Parts: sequence; structure tokens; C-alpha cells
Amino acid sequence: MADMVTFTIDGRSVEAPAGTTILEAAKSANILIPNLCHNEELAPYGACRMCMVETTHKKRTKLVVSCIAEVSEGLEVKTNTERVRNVRTLVMHLLLARNPNHPILRKMAAELGIEKSRFAVDFKGCIMCGQCVRVCREVVGVSAIGFESRGPARKIATPFNESPAACIACGSCHYVCPVGVIPMEEHDGVRTIWKTDFPMAKCSKCGTYFAPVKQLEYFRKIANLPADHFDTCIDCRSTKK
Amino acid sequence: MKKLKSAKDLASLQDALRKGRDPKKPCIVICAGTGCLAYGTQKLIDNFRSEIAKQKLEGTVDVRTSGCHGFCERGPLVVIHPKGIFYQRVKLDDAAEIIAKTVLKDEVIDRLVYRDPVTKEKILHEHDVPFYKKQTRLIFGMNGQIDPTSIDDYLAIGGYSALAKALAGMKPEGVVEEIIKANLRGRGGGGFPTGWKWDSTRKAKGEPKYVICNADEGDPGAYMDRSLLEGNPHAVLEGMIIGAYAIGSSKGYIYVRNEYPLAVSNITRAIDTAREYGLLGDGILGTGFSFDVAINRGGGAFVCGESSALFASIEGRAGEPRQKYVHATDRGLYDKPTCLNNVETWANVPLIVDKGADWYAKIGTENSKGTKIFSLVGKINNTGLVEVPMGITLREIVFGIGGGIPKGRKFKAIQTGGPSGGCIPEQFLDMPVDFDELAKVGSMMGSGGMIVMDDRSCMVDVAKYFLKFLEEESCGKCTPCREGVKQMRIILDRITEGKGEESDIEALEWIGAGVVDGSLCALGGSAPNPVLTTIRYFRDEYLAHIRDKKCPAGVCKALVAYSVVKDNCTGCTACARVCPTKAATGEKKKVHTIDQETCIKCGACYDACKFDAIQVK
Repeated sequence: MADMVTFTIDGRSVEAPAGTTILEAAKSANILIPNLCHNEELAPYGACRMCMVETTHKKRTKLVVSCIAEVSEGLEVKTNTERVRNVRTLVMHLLLARNPNHPILRKMAAELGIEKSRFAVDFKGCIMCGQCVRVCREVVGVSAIGFESRGPARKIATPFNESPAACIACGSCHYVCPVGVIPMEEHDGVRTIWKTDFPMAKCSKCGTYFAPVKQLEYFRKIANLPADHFDTCIDCRSTKK
Repeated sequence: MKKLKSAKDLASLQDALRKGRDPKKPCIVICAGTGCLAYGTQKLIDNFRSEIAKQKLEGTVDVRTSGCHGFCERGPLVVIHPKGIFYQRVKLDDAAEIIAKTVLKDEVIDRLVYRDPVTKEKILHEHDVPFYKKQTRLIFGMNGQIDPTSIDDYLAIGGYSALAKALAGMKPEGVVEEIIKANLRGRGGGGFPTGWKWDSTRKAKGEPKYVICNADEGDPGAYMDRSLLEGNPHAVLEGMIIGAYAIGSSKGYIYVRNEYPLAVSNITRAIDTAREYGLLGDGILGTGFSFDVAINRGGGAFVCGESSALFASIEGRAGEPRQKYVHATDRGLYDKPTCLNNVETWANVPLIVDKGADWYAKIGTENSKGTKIFSLVGKINNTGLVEVPMGITLREIVFGIGGGIPKGRKFKAIQTGGPSGGCIPEQFLDMPVDFDELAKVGSMMGSGGMIVMDDRSCMVDVAKYFLKFLEEESCGKCTPCREGVKQMRIILDRITEGKGEESDIEALEWIGAGVVDGSLCALGGSAPNPVLTTIRYFRDEYLAHIRDKKCPAGVCKALVAYSVVKDNCTGCTACARVCPTKAATGEKKKVHTIDQETCIKCGACYDACKFDAIQVK
């Protein structure tokens, strides 16, 4: 087990293994730090800047993103100073201008006393947390989608804005999106995502459509399991024995 | 080419090269820096060469194409040795006359000689021209002495002696100590002490260790790193090899933008020839030290000058910064200890090792040592690259070296440190220029861009220009930089269109503070600087736009109108002739008028009028 370090969060003494991020350590101590781009299944990203906190170590005070900065012995963490609130308030106003309606954003904004963005709304929906791109690359491992362009023009896109050749229609991007702006639909054995139709496979036992054909092909390739393992749906698989 | 096996081999080769060169032999040095090439200098070079062939002078007259001399305003530049006659604004077909008169008969061609604009005195030699005379050209001065594609030229002026000195007589720790003692600070912008960076990388755990040269210079109007890499690539390379020896690195990269084709080509050739001589590769100069360098061409994203984005780009990923709370010296490229220094920083290294830290530390101010190369552009008479000792005043740079503001206009501000630097007003002209002093007034050294503005520059417009540049160059990863800079630009758009409100200034300051505090990398962290410093020093100008709906400098089109001053107009028709929309009209020798409906406010009439008869209000 890693060495334990002792530090404070908002005056409270907290212990955690060295190498833990401030955000994780705070969560274990039931101190909630708002965040939008963090996801335990993904590598820390540090892009939304909602989780910023102020740290003081050896008399040096600075703002850090708590999803990446690690705890250390004697560190003082403050999660709600004026500078921290200023950054969070700015970020919230900026994100509400892209997506003024989503309940998650509105709730987070309300906690900062913000009702609506002080900036003119230019509706984009997506808040650029990048979780979809990251899950596709880091967890699924296919990198079917990515970022296009830079600056304010940056957006999530498929290569050349065409049907994504590498996509297996697993829907991870759809499920992980915190503001629900990646549509996915299923009708009559066809799953539609990224404006592309993917045929679904039928369970060889019960006959229900249970997963996209491409996803099963991919799983067969990467999983070290018998070739027929993915012929049946998860319900039939679990009742097999 | 024979591989050099020892420091002695190198010394005898240098000696042989020097002896093979007759200092009295006529040599025509033609500046082939990017500025002069843009004037069409390649044609001039061809003309010189064919003229020499025609007159069968190949054995008796040398032609050398050199890197940038710095006085770009006056290009194409030619210097005729052995006497060092300096010709400027040479026409492409002047070659034959120069050879016939100056090279063969020692006659000076009057019209090509530089005249001091103030004293009207003719100045024959390059080193007597005030633009050069007031500089300290330790690094950049070498450009004129060598052909950047010739390693022999560099060796003949003592090149690679510093490397030999380090390898033969100094321990790696000793080299690090020398750089620490010289107090060399990074020329790329941050001003971090180079020696300490080397020391940390040397002591860091992990193999291999990398040294990288950051040649991703991308500030509008700045081209000093480009000109160094183009004009003296071996100095940069020698610095890197010495650094690698000191740090214990065997692999280096030069990250240079592909938009600098001449730099790419010259550094590529430099690497190849250095390798042939055994100055790069396995067992350098017969020692056990091995090091090699690869070139990585960047796609031209400004953000790739930021260290973690640069590493990502070399690793083959998109050039986006990554937040890390460990130093690159511990975990940089491929998560290995990495020492990243800028082009100019590397070029300083051979000088320090060769002449010693004590000599170097005598130049400059207490905490900023050595010289700095600035790219002096904007509303300035002598546009070009200047190298000055740290601690020189802004006034000396602008008026002494730069020759002041064109058309006798009034100095208003100087923008230092690139797009995310700050605008410094007249009251600080006598301030010494070094890392710390520039920071005190809200600007920064940056990589060395200096953009001069006169009373016809609108500071709100200037701030908007830089912000727009940064908005486009932001990678878009983090919220404050991507969205905040854009919102600031929208407010500035509004102000310059005459739709600003008093609360806009407070809003700009509030967003600016949040973007500075909240951004992931230094691009966002400094992006609000042009706005914040212009508000600090030119608040009146913002207020004039907002309250009076006026642009005092006459720049913001929505807020100005061009009209004729009746008393001054002589009816010369100059304005009517240049007006692209025929808004300026009038009969010969009668007072002209400008039709406000059709006027597009391009300012052509203002520039054309010789009688101050066009006013902008």
C-alpha cells in the first residue's frame, strides 16, 4: 500500500494514499468539488476547469485543477476561495452560453448563484468535456470520433464528417455524454448513431436484437473467449448454466 | 569529408580553413535572409554569379550568400569586402555596376550608400551605420560572416571550438555550473534560468533524456529565431550538443515550423554536415559521447510552442497542452526527462562556454545577462532584427537604433512579448529592458517581438487584433481560453463599432482575470494581457470609444469620417486619383470633397495628401 499523507481540505484534516488526486481524496472525505469533464474510467483531462481549487504548500499558493493535482503531506486545500469561485463562475457563464438549459448545468449554476449566462447564448449543446472522444479512445479503443478544428470552432466530429469507419456503434459516447447531445436510436434491428445505420445482431437463443454486429465482431477479436460467446445476449448467456 | 577524431583534429582543420582564405581577396556578401529574399534577392545573387562568370573572375572574386544581417528595412543588402563597403536598397540589376566599379576599381557607388536620415552624412561601412553601431551583435553578428549552408565557414570563424573545449576539458557538471554562473535565462519567453533547467534534467531519474530546440516561433511580426536558424544553424546545433553533453542526453529534436522552409533546409544541411565531420553521432570528436538530432516539422499551430503541446506534437498526437504538475525536466517528451530551450538560448551556449561565464555575466543587468535579439517592427523607421545588451532602454531601441517613428509622427506605445505581451506607453520609454522590468509594467520579454505604435494606432483595435489572433490559435481544450477569449473579443468588437457600454471595461477585466487564473496553459494564461495592459494605460481611449463614440486615432471605421480641410486643400487631385470608390472628387486647383455615403474609410486619400488637407475624425 502506498504511503499515507495527511493534508487539509477546507480546514479539515484528511488522510489519503500519496498519489491520490485532490478530487478523489475530497470525494472520499465527502467533500464535493464540482466537475464536468472528470470521469473515473478515463485519464484525467483538466479541461472544464470547474474543479479548480486553491492549494498552499510551503507558503506558495496557487490554483490547480483538483482532478490532476495530487495530494501531498502538509498540503492545504481550499475549495471555495474567492479566486476559485471567480473561475467557476466565469466557466459556468461561458458554458451556459453554449447550453443554457441542461438540468445538470443549471443545478451547478444555481449553486454558484447563477440563473442565466451573462453572455449572449450561442447554442451548441456540447460543452466540450471531451468524454465521448476519450471513452472511444481510452476504453473502447477504436478512436472513431475526435476533435475537429481549434479555438471556439472546436467540435466533436467523425473523420472528414463522414460515416465513422472505425465506429462499432457501441454507444459509449452517447452514454457518457453529461449533457445528452449525442443522439442514438434503435428501430427494427438497426442502431443509428453518428448519422450512420448499424445492423444489430439477433441472439441465437432468444432471437432479440441485442448488440450491433460490428461491436460483436470487435469483441470477438479483442476478447480471449470462445468464438460463440458473443452469439447470445447477456441474459441468455447468464442463464446458460 | 574526414571524420574529426579529436579536439586537435578540429583545431588543425580550423587552422587550415583560415589559412586557405585570403582576407584581402574581394568577397561580395549578399544578405539572403528571408527579408532580403522577399525583395527578390535570389535574382540579384544569380546576376552577381553570372556576371562573375562572364568576366572570368571566378578565381579572384568570391560571392557569399549569408543569413539575415538584420537591417531588413534597407534590403537588399550587399557588403563588399575586404573594405566592408555597405550597399543598401540594391536593385536587382546593379550587380554588373558593383563588380565593375566597387570590386574591380574600388569606386564607391553613391546612390547605394546609406545616408544618415538626420545628418544626411554618407556612411560607407556597415559597422558605422547607427542601426548597427548601437547594437551588441554577439550572436547575430556572425550571420554576416558565414554562408549558413557551409560548415567550413562556421569552422573558419572558430565554430565548434566551444564543443571541443567542453568535451576535452570540462566535466558535464562543470558545463552546467558554467551556464548557471553565466545566469543565462531562457529566451523563449519565460526567462527561466537555463542552467537550473539543465541541472534538473541532468539529475532527473529516467532514460533516455531528451534535449529539444523550440523553433516554433509564431508571434505576429517576430522572426528572430527563424533568422538565427536560417543564418547560423551551426551555432544552435553546437549549443544543443554541448547541452546534451552536460545533461547526459543522447537524443535531441529540433521542433521547427514547416512554414520556415529556409530554416528547415539550412538546419537539415547543418545536421548532415556536422555528422559527416563527426561532430554529431557516435563518439563525437573521438570521445565516448554520442548524440544525434532529428528534425520535427510543426504544422504551424501557435500553441505548439507551449512545452506540453510541443511534446504531444512530436509524439504524433494533436498539438494540445496537457496539464501536469511535474516539470518537463522530470517527465517531458515520452514522459522522460526533457530539457526544452529556445533557438536563441541554444545559440548563446557556445559563446558562454568559449568565453567563460565571467565574461558573459558582465553583459546585461543584475538578473538578466547577455544580449537579446528583438524583432523591431511596426511604426518604426528601421524595421529589422536588433541585438542589444539587456538593460538598454526602450528609448535607445526605438529612437537610437530604430531611428524613431516614420513621418515624424508621435510614439504612442510599444508592444513587447508577442501577442500575449503588453503595450507599454511612452512614460516607460526610459525603462531598462530586461525580464523583470518588463514584467513590472505588465508586459513580458516573450521571445522578443517589439511592435511600435504611433498616434495613428488605436489601442482598442490593437488589443482586438491580438485577441483575435489568440482566439484563433487557442487549441480549444479548456473552457476559459476557448470561450473566455472569444467573449472578450466580442466585447471589443462592440466597443470598436461604437456599441460599447461603460460596464464593458469592468466586464473585460473580470473575464480577463478569470481567463488568466483558470486557463490550462500559458497561451490562455497570458491571452488577456494585451487587453488588460491597454485598459491600464489607455483607459481614456476605451472611454472615448464607449462614451463619445469616437476613435481618437482614427482607426475604427464605424467611428470615423474622412473629410477635407478646406484651407489646406490645393486641389492637387491626389486624393481623387487614389480613391477606390470615387468618393473623393473635385476639380483641379479647387477644394475637393469626400462623399460620406460612398466613402469606405480606407484611408488612401489621407496617405496620398501632401498638404494635411484630409482629416479623420
